[in-house]
Order: sequence, then C-alpha cells, then structure tokens
Amino acid sequence: MRITGAEAVMRTLEALGVDTVFGYPGGAIMPAYDTLLDAGIHHVLVRHEQGAVHMAEGYAHATGRVGVCIVTSGPAATNIVTGLTDAMMDSIPVLAITGQVASTAIGTDAFQEADVTGITMPITKHNELVRSADRIRDAIKEAYHVARTGRPGPVLVDLPKDILNATVEWEWDPEVDLPGYRPTVRGHGRMLREALELIGSSRRPVIYAGGGLVRAGADAELRAFAERLGLPVVTTLMARGVIPDTHELAVGMPGMHGHYAAIRALQEADLLVVLGARFDDRVTGRLDAFAPHARVVHVDVDPAEIGKNREVDVPLVGDVKVVLGQLLELLDDLAAKGRGDESVPDAAAWRDHLRTVADEHPLRCEQPDEGVLKPQTAIRAIHAAWGDDAVYVAGVGQHQMWASQLIPYSRGRQWINSGGLGTMGFAVPAAIGAKVGLGRDVPVVAIDGDGCFQMTLQELATAVQHDIPVAFCVINNGYLGMVRQWQTLFYEDRLSQVALPQDLPDLMKLADAYGIPGFRVERVEDLAATVEKAAAITDRPVLVEFRVDPDEMVFPMVPSGASNDEVVESAEEWHARRLAAANVGGE
Amino acid sequence: MARDRHILGVLVENRPGVLARISGMFARRGYNIHSLAVGPTEDDAVSRLTIVVGTEAVQLEQIVKQLNKLVHVLKVIELGDDAVARELQLVKVDAGPETRSQIIEIADVFRARIVDVGLDTITIEAAGNPRKLEAMVDLLRPFGLREFVRSGTISLTRGSRSISDGTRARMRRVV
Repeated sequence: MRITGAEAVMRTLEALGVDTVFGYPGGAIMPAYDTLLDAGIHHVLVRHEQGAVHMAEGYAHATGRVGVCIVTSGPAATNIVTGLTDAMMDSIPVLAITGQVASTAIGTDAFQEADVTGITMPITKHNELVRSADRIRDAIKEAYHVARTGRPGPVLVDLPKDILNATVEWEWDPEVDLPGYRPTVRGHGRMLREALELIGSSRRPVIYAGGGLVRAGADAELRAFAERLGLPVVTTLMARGVIPDTHELAVGMPGMHGHYAAIRALQEADLLVVLGARFDDRVTGRLDAFAPHARVVHVDVDPAEIGKNREVDVPLVGDVKVVLGQLLELLDDLAAKGRGDESVPDAAAWRDHLRTVADEHPLRCEQPDEGVLKPQTAIRAIHAAWGDDAVYVAGVGQHQMWASQLIPYSRGRQWINSGGLGTMGFAVPAAIGAKVGLGRDVPVVAIDGDGCFQMTLQELATAVQHDIPVAFCVINNGYLGMVRQWQTLFYEDRLSQVALPQDLPDLMKLADAYGIPGFRVERVEDLAATVEKAAAITDRPVLVEFRVDPDEMVFPMVPSGASNDEVVESAEEWHARRLAAANVGGE
Repeated sequence: MARDRHILGVLVENRPGVLARISGMFARRGYNIHSLAVGPTEDDAVSRLTIVVGTEAVQLEQIVKQLNKLVHVLKVIELGDDAVARELQLVKVDAGPETRSQIIEIADVFRARIVDVGLDTITIEAAGNPRKLEAMVDLLRPFGLREFVRSGTISLTRGSRSISDGTRARMRRVV
C-alpha cells in the first residue's frame, strides 16, 4: 500500500506504541500535522518549543517510556536545543522529530532553514537527516530504539517537507538493524566475582547510587542487594528515592549541597560500589581529594563513564538492573555452597558510625513561630500537603537543593529535576509532561523558583488548555537565590543583577489571567491552612506562591572546586572559617 | 612535551555526515588530531578512517570508548608500532638546469617518483612513513620549496588478521 511520508511518520509512531506527543506546528512540519488529525495519537499543544522538549523529558522521567516531541524547522528546532542537551546530560530517552525545508532547498539559506542535525550532533545520542521517504520508517524506528536502550538519551530525526509529501510503500517491520550499536547488557562473570570479593573484604563500603538506577528501574534490585550485604547507600541528585530515605541503610544525598553524613560516607569509605553514577564534579568536589581511601567497583551501561574521572578497581559494563540481578544470583549460588557469608562485609561499626554522624549533623533551619517564612519550611509543608504519593519536579537553584534535601523520597521516578545541565525553566513543562504520563491518580507538584518560573511560565496555558492538573509551587524570594548565595559567599556580598522584584509579575493576577486558582503564603502561621486548601484542588492546575526569606542560604555546602572535606554546614560556620583564615593570613 | 602518538583504524558505516560526527566529537572533547585519512574499503557500505591522535594512554582509552559510542562507528582498533603506516607526499621544488640532476638524485634515494617537470620546478611524489618523508623534505628545502602537500597516515596491521574480522555478523533486534 502506498502512503505519504507524513502518514508513514504517524504509522511508525503508532506501531512503536507512542500514544502521546508534545509539539507545535509550523511550515515545514505541516504535512505531519495534517496526518496527525487521523492518527490515534494524543497531541499536547505547547506555547514554546522548549516546553515541548521539557514535557517529553518529564514524561520520560516519570514513566520510563520514550518522550516524543514534534516541532518544525529553523527556530522551532533551535528552540529545543536546550532540552535535548538536558536529556543528553541526564540520560533521558527523548525522540525529537523536526521538520526541515525541502531537500532541494537545503543549503540555500531558505526560509526557516537551520542545519539541525549539525547543531544537535554533539547534544544528541544520535540524529539523522532523512533523505528519502523510504527511510522514514526505519529512521524513526531506529531513533526510538537508540533513545531507550543502552544509556538512554535524546535522538533527533529531521524530516524535509518534500519527503513528508512524497509517497512510499508501507509495511511495518519491527526489526532494527544497527550493526554499530550494541550496548552491553550483562556484566562480565569474572568481574562480578571480583566485585563481591572486594565488597566482602571491605570494612567501610558505600553504594554510590546514581540516576542510572532510576533509568533502569532497578529500585527493587538495589534494595535487595544493599540489604543482603548490609551496604549503606547514598543517592545522588539524580537518584533520590531509588532507595527510600526512611530506609535504615539510606544515608542521603552526597555532593555540593548534600547531607553531611552522605558526604562523609564517601570521604571515609574504603570501598565505593558505584551504580549508574558518573563521578560528576558536583558530587566529587575536588576530584583528587574525593573518597581518598576508597577502592572502586563501577557498574555502568556506558563503558566511557568507567575510568573517565576516577580509576576503577573492578569495571562492570552492563545494564545496572541486570548486573544487580546477576550479583544477587551469584550470592544465591555462594549461599547454596555454604559460602554466603564471604561477601558480607564486617560493616556493623561503620553503619553505626554513619548513623551517629547523621544524628549529630542534621539539616539546620531556624524557623520562627510567626512572621517570616523560611523556604525550607515551605518545602516541608508542600510535602506534608501533597504527600508521599506525589511526584515532585524542580527547577534549578536553591529551591531545587532544598527540595532534594528535605523531602523524604520513597521511590525512583518520584523526584524529577534537571541535574547535569542545570536548566532553569525545567520545572513547569517537565511537571506537565510528567502529569500527562502519570495520569489522574498521581499528584504532580512543580517546586520552582521565581527566576526559573518566569523562564517557562507560558506553559501554564498548555496545562489549562489540556486540562493537566499540576500544582505549581513557586518559592519566591525575589532573587536569583543561588547566584545571590555565591555572590554573598564568594564575592563579598557584592550583588550583581540578581534582584527579581517579588511583585513582578504579581503571581496572583497571573493565576487569574490563566483562569486557575492562586494562593499566596507570606507568613508561617498561614502556611499549613493555605497549602492544604491548594492541595485539595486536584481537578485543575493551581498556582501557590510562597514569599520566603531572601537571606536564607543552602547548606551544607562544599565550596566550588574545594575538597569534600571542607564541607560547611551553616552561614555562621562559613563566616567563622573566613575570619580564621584571614587572621592566619594577617599574622 | 613528548606526547604519545597513536594510530587508530576506524571502520564506519558509509553515511552522510559520519566524518563530521567523528571530527566534531574530537573537537568537543578537546582531543588532538594529528592527521586523519578516510577512504573506501573492500565493502562498499563501509569506509575506513585512519586517525593519528596525540595523547596519553589514559585519554586514548577514553577516545576509543567515545568513538565506539557513535552509532555509525562499527569498529575501532589501535595499530601498534609494528603496523605498516604510510603517507603520500607531493613536493614542488625549484629546479633550474644546474640543480635538476641533484634533485632527481635525491628523489631516487628516497625511491620517489618525478611526476612533473617544468621550466623551473620539479614535482616529486613520495610514499612512505612520516619520518622518511620529512627527511626528504629537509634535503629538498635548500633548493627552494614552492609547496608541498602530504596526506594523513593510512595504516594496516601486519600478518593475516583484518580489522573487519568479526564485524560481519550483523545485529538484528526487535524493537
């Protein structure tokens, strides 16, 4: 049967099981939008293409499925560049379909022409400019396959308009033929045994759990493995919740703004079992001072991550869910031979030590009983109101760090944020995408800053038009808080271009303009009642503004470029250290 | 700063843009390319690149891994010191009646060929390993170099083994 290229796009998406796409039409992609009318695919019309790609990310983050966005050529395609980079950094499976000018016009600087495969080459896992209609099916199918397998990531397919209009013989063929793409899934047998031997002989082991565990859906395997061997677990910003924060082996988040005990756990460890993490600079601090006593077992599906930043004693390339399954099987085999205890480290004293450190170094926040509202208190109240079933989605900055630190997460995919790229403006569209993917029963709460919010707030219209009931919580301190914090700490409090007036815009009028309920909390005594009212609204979007103390800073903090051993727990401690250093220098 | 030189043989699918993907990856990650040569192979669907990189061994491992991540890259090997490595060089050198015979003599010593003789220049074609070609240029320089051009290194392992051993088995996967 002969169909058009545009019809082939929709049929391929349908055959792949894609039921939802986020997008925005325009000149070059119009043939695809025409066939969309007859396809069994739900389309969410965004207000800016950046919204489409972040929604696709949020959808993918929350569900584990591939998020799909469709936009036109030129400026639309360049508008998704940030989101693609974000998906690349955080390994999120996204399929982006872009229109392109007619293949006869490519290279002529035609209207709305941009070299999109050229632009996105370094920020996608793969991309393709389709050059004939009979490649459409395979290009999209391969892109979908590459996006979701191995280390997930964004893949872009660029479709010239004449190719969408051309006709092609249609037949579905589910097979993928990519001779140069063969992700390793299973771990190497000898390395598995060596990993268990190292663990068994360690005394201060820690699992350094990263976002790869969340992508792989390996919550259960991680928990079983940690419990079986009694291994404490730190969860990076990308892995919060993959073991519940309330679990006795959970030590919290390591890194620049991590929990004190988690930072110490890595620094004092004699063995790191690194699962789907990549020794990001925000976790390691100064690399040559990171975990100085530790040997390393590193499990990652991407071989290039192993040995990239830190030398490894036992490399294990494979899907972390599969590898953990193999390790558990191996433990069963050993147990059957009466050697089950060999791999269990003698780490009781270490676990006790970490619990003591955690008890002695809690997160600090002095919230007065009335008056000024601390941002930390606002975030605790958000969690209290929307609860453990909700999914929380953050932007980037102080509010993100507090939301990661303070909410006790109970499962992977419950916490969605932009980690690697640090994309301000991520929360609003990502929360909408997550809600679309999760459906009515799971509350989705965006926790955003006032700076971030203004970068993508136009997507409120998307939420309203498509009836997507997300709770948008804006922690409004009237500043670019994290930049201000750095200016305070590292630039002698010389504040440069960080003030964003709290009334600009008036968020209650904004809620009104979008026709959604708006709530504002300014004083701590009003907090609980207002948040409860907002959380009771579950059938439409709601906007909640928290006007918080602008002077509050995120601690603990490892100063940028410093060793994790130099972690500071409060502003007072910071100033005391600065003063001491100045006095030493003066003598 | 004696940086190591390593020769990589890279088999790629013969697709538009594949060279840009590879050179872009090198640029983006700050890897240093000494030379790059690309051409056909015994299989029409496959091209072969020879890349000479200047880097330490640790970084070389990372380069190979990053190359392998590119979907159109089929295989990467490092060619050791014993591999056959050749470059092609064309040299146009000033040559009047009194120097012409000396220049031809030098070409003969290097087993190079005279490919063009003009009124006041000679153009010489030479193939060989980079050191030999450099030595020839050094000897010709005093006569006056008009211009010279040299290709990137191409390289094969010695013996019967081939880079494409084992890459023929194509993968087919169900989505």
